[in-house]
Amino acid sequence: MAITKSDVKVLGMWPSPFVMRARISLNLKSVDYEFLQETFGSKSQLLLQSNPVYKKVPVLIHGDKPICESLVIVEYIDEVWASGPSILPCDPYDRATARFWAAYVSEKWYPSLKGIGAAQEEEAKKAAVEQVEEGLALLEEAYEKSSKGKDFFGGDEIGYLDIAFGCFLGWLRVIEKLNGVKLLDQTKTPGLVNWADKFCAHTAVKDVMPETDKLAEIAKILAAKLRGAAAPPK
Amino acid sequence: MEDKVVLLDFWPSSYGMRVRIALAEKGIKYEAREENLADKSPLLLEMNPLHKMIPVLIHNGKPISESLILLQYIDEVWHHTSPLLPSDPYQRSQARFWADYIDKKIYSLGKRVWKEKGEKQEATKKEFIEGLRTIEGELGDKPYFGGEDFGFVDVVLVPLTSWFYSFEICGNFSIEAECPKLVGWARRCMERDSVSKSLPHPQKIYAFVLELKQKYGL
Repeated sequence: MAITKSDVKVLGMWPSPFVMRARISLNLKSVDYEFLQETFGSKSQLLLQSNPVYKKVPVLIHGDKPICESLVIVEYIDEVWASGPSILPCDPYDRATARFWAAYVSEKWYPSLKGIGAAQEEEAKKAAVEQVEEGLALLEEAYEKSSKGKDFFGGDEIGYLDIAFGCFLGWLRVIEKLNGVKLLDQTKTPGLVNWADKFCAHTAVKDVMPETDKLAEIAKILAAKLRGAAAPPK
Repeated sequence: MEDKVVLLDFWPSSYGMRVRIALAEKGIKYEAREENLADKSPLLLEMNPLHKMIPVLIHNGKPISESLILLQYIDEVWHHTSPLLPSDPYQRSQARFWADYIDKKIYSLGKRVWKEKGEKQEATKKEFIEGLRTIEGELGDKPYFGGEDFGFVDVVLVPLTSWFYSFEICGNFSIEAECPKLVGWARRCMERDSVSKSLPHPQKIYAFVLELKQKYGL
C-alpha cells in the first residue's frame, strides 16, 4: 500500500534548525509529508497530545505514531525508509563517530553559538566567539577525517552529521550578520566553508533552509521579546 | 583474530556501570582499567581528548566514548547475542527517546540532589522526583522497560539505583515512597548477574559521597 502524504506529518516551525533535521531526512528519502506549522507563542492540541513530555517541535507523526526529539526522528526515518539513501554510515565505528559529533554540535557547540547573540558586553561577546571558533576548528578536523576528500561528512552524499550540523548554518549566518563577525573563515576552516556551500545548495536542503534575512527578522523579534521580558513591569 | 576490548572506567560512575552491564549481557571479555579522575591517565587523555571523561571503550585500538553511543556501538558490533535495542524501528525510537530523557531529566538532576542544600535542593528534588514519576509511568506494569525482556532503557537507568540510597540520605526523602514500582523494577534487575556484578553496593557509593563532601566542603 503506497504511503499517502497524510500518513506522514511533521509538526514544526520553519525557523527551527531541529525541525529542519526531520525535513531534510524525509526529503533525502523522497518521502512526501504534510508540514503543520505551529504558531509562535501558542501550542496546538496536536502538539500537546503528541509530545506530552516536552511539548516541543519537531514531532514526526507516522500513521498515528508520534516520534519526538530531532536526532531520534532522523534515525527513525533512516530505519523505516531503508531503501532510500542511507543517512547513517554502515560501519559501527563510523556510526559512533557521527553520533559523537552530532551530540557535540547539539549539546556544546550550538549553545556556544547562541551565546554570541546573548552576550551583552564586548568582552563576553569576544569570549563567546572564541568558544565557537574553537568548536569549528574541531569540526574542521572531524570533517577532514570523515569526508575523505569528498564534499560531505557522509562522503559523496549528505549523511547524519551533515544534517545534525548543517541545520545550524542559517542561524550561524544570522549571528555573523547581526554581530559583525566571520565565524566560517576560508583561512581557518576552508573545508567547512566549502561544505557549507555544498550543503545549502543540496536538493534535500535548499527549500527548507530559511533565508538569512528572514531569520534575522525573527532573531530581532525574539531579542526584543527577551529584553521586554527582562525589563521590570511598569 | 581475537577482539581486544579495554574499558576505561571509574567504579562509582553510573555511566561506566551501563557499559559494564552491556558487556556482561553480551558475554564480551574485556580488560577493565580503573581511572583516577583526579589524575587522568595519558591513555584516557589520548583516547578522549575532547571530554577527557570515562567511560571509554577501546576496541582493537579505536576509542568510543559517550555511554549511550557506546551502548549502541556494543549492540551493533555484537549484534548476534542478547540484543539491547528492539528490532522494530518504532520501538527503537521510543527506547532512544526515553534513554535521552533519562540523561536529561533524571541523571543530570541526580548529580545535583546530593550536592545542593536548602531551597535549591528542594527545587532539584522536586524536579528529580517528577522525572522518576514520568519514567515510572512509562514502565507501567511491564516487567522491564522493553516489555518481557531486559533491554536498552533498563541498562540506561538501572545504574542510578546504586546511588538512590545516597540521594535519599542527602535529600531526606524516600524514593520507594514516591515510586514503588520503579524500586520493584530495580530489584528485579538486580536478580540478573550482569547487573548485580556491575553495580557497587549502595553503602559503598554513600561512603564515596561522604568522602567527596568532605573533600570539597559540600
